[in-house]
Amino acid sequence: MKRGTDDSGTLRAVLRAENLWKSYDEGTVTVLKGVNCEVFAGQTVALCGPSGCGKSTLLHLFGGLDWPDSGLVLVNGVEVNRRSNLLHLLRHEVGFVFQLHNLIPDLTLAENCLIPTVAAGIDRRAARERLLELTERTGLGHRLDHRIQQLSGGERQRTALCRALMNRPKILLADEPTGSLDEQASKVIFDLLLELVSIEGATLLMATHDRGLAGRCDRLVEMRNGKVYEHAHVG
Amino acid sequence: MIFLKLILTNLRRHRIRSLISVSGIAFSVAAMLTVVTILQGAIGMFSSILSNDSEMIVFERDVSDLFFSNVPDDAAEQISSWPMVAHANPVLFGIVSSEGHPIITCFGVTAADARIQKAVWLAGVRGNFAQHEDDVVLGARAADFLSASLGSQVQIGHASFHVVGVLKTANGFEDGGVFMPLASAQSFFHKQGTSSVITIKLRNKDEAAAFKSRIRAKYKNLIALEDAEFSRTYSQFRILKATAWAVGGCGLLLGGLGVANTMIMSVFTRIREIAILRVNGFSQVQIGGVIFGESAVVSVFGALTGLVVGSCFLYALKMIPALDGYVDPTLHPLLMMVVLLLALLTGIAGALYPAVYAMRIRAVEALRFE
Repeated sequence: MKRGTDDSGTLRAVLRAENLWKSYDEGTVTVLKGVNCEVFAGQTVALCGPSGCGKSTLLHLFGGLDWPDSGLVLVNGVEVNRRSNLLHLLRHEVGFVFQLHNLIPDLTLAENCLIPTVAAGIDRRAARERLLELTERTGLGHRLDHRIQQLSGGERQRTALCRALMNRPKILLADEPTGSLDEQASKVIFDLLLELVSIEGATLLMATHDRGLAGRCDRLVEMRNGKVYEHAHVG
Repeated sequence: MIFLKLILTNLRRHRIRSLISVSGIAFSVAAMLTVVTILQGAIGMFSSILSNDSEMIVFERDVSDLFFSNVPDDAAEQISSWPMVAHANPVLFGIVSSEGHPIITCFGVTAADARIQKAVWLAGVRGNFAQHEDDVVLGARAADFLSASLGSQVQIGHASFHVVGVLKTANGFEDGGVFMPLASAQSFFHKQGTSSVITIKLRNKDEAAAFKSRIRAKYKNLIALEDAEFSRTYSQFRILKATAWAVGGCGLLLGGLGVANTMIMSVFTRIREIAILRVNGFSQVQIGGVIFGESAVVSVFGALTGLVVGSCFLYALKMIPALDGYVDPTLHPLLMMVVLLLALLTGIAGALYPAVYAMRIRAVEALRFE
């Protein structure tokens, strides 16, 4: 079965933006100007463009962290708005990875990873098994009880990746996940990201400046000046 | 476990600030405990004066203070002859000054009074009380601060009295008091023919209601109350209790403001963390739980520390000779529970605004927060 299609071979959009407008500072700065875009199930999609073109804003809208001024955001066919079940979306449907790892420094690696399971009320034993599975895959199995300050930049980002996948979300939203790493660490993290997304059968939407990494995704969505200009199929 | 760690992590991160907050609550609790315990001890002591070998008191209806109560001697005589009454002892209270001692409590009592009959006599002979008009018996502490002993003359007010005994009681007021024959006290305080109260011991406690009815029917201007009922309803006691709780409440309010300040700082310094929790699925209630949990830990630790500090302070007060008998350092479980509960509620109230603020933090904005 081709990626992005359902059993009948039809493409199934898990993320969909319809004519999205978004501005800040009381409308003085317009970041998204009528964005239309679709991401299909199981695909890896790179969102490219210069700084300030609206990549992060689009990711935040898909994750329910922010609201559009107008237009529709649909995740798995369900509109995301202030009234929708955002907790379910954040706990079970999407996982976030940011440029900065955004880990809590006083907690250990294991505790940071377990935060989403605590939020979702997942059984402790099941959560622990999942933690061991992900940390083994990411090579962090021996670092479980280490504090965040004791980890390298690459290890921190791998921890953030594990945390994002703890509750088995089917959509991973990554905002410059390798932006704070050197070239070698970036490659390692990105390889791991693609591997995990493939194993988990998840969909990846990743904002990046790195054309080299973007080229390894199934699709490349180009953004400029608040608009999606092209959907380049590269995979 | 992780939830608990999220609660504790900020307290450990800012140890000095946490310590100041805990201290604020601790001193508030200690102050409340000390004031309430001292005043309740004083009330208890005054009550025990009235309930010395008796279970009821009769006094003038509608008086604001027992010092202003006038019960006629003939009423005492008549009541003591009632079959249901085992004994009825009139007592006259008076306050007098002496050089260097602005307040000396005087008790005008008969020789049959339980205080005279049951106290431990350190000096003198029980039977010598009320043999002469100018005889007095001193409490041990009164003898101490008046520098008097058996056989000496003491100046009380404008009169001189002959000390015929020194007695020791556990009650601070009595121990610092002067006991005069009732007739002498009536003359001394210009209250001839009256006493302040009559303390009553019934032959059968079950007859309390019948006794009260009989007093009501026979003496329109007198009232009979059981000791516990009197302690509950006496306006002076109620004012004292209200004052104690008000002073303690002000202390707790200050402690609560300290907690509020700490919690506001706590929320501001962990805005980014709160955003991370939100992005990872924490609900507003869970975020609120972390903030309230943090303030509850501060409050409970503060309250427990306050209980210990307050107890030590009360014991220290008890050790001061001048206060012996005035301070009862016993901590009643109910009082401890009330104080703990109030401290907890104070902590929760102090965390209310910070928690609401934290619950309303928008993750997307907070993640930009440096």
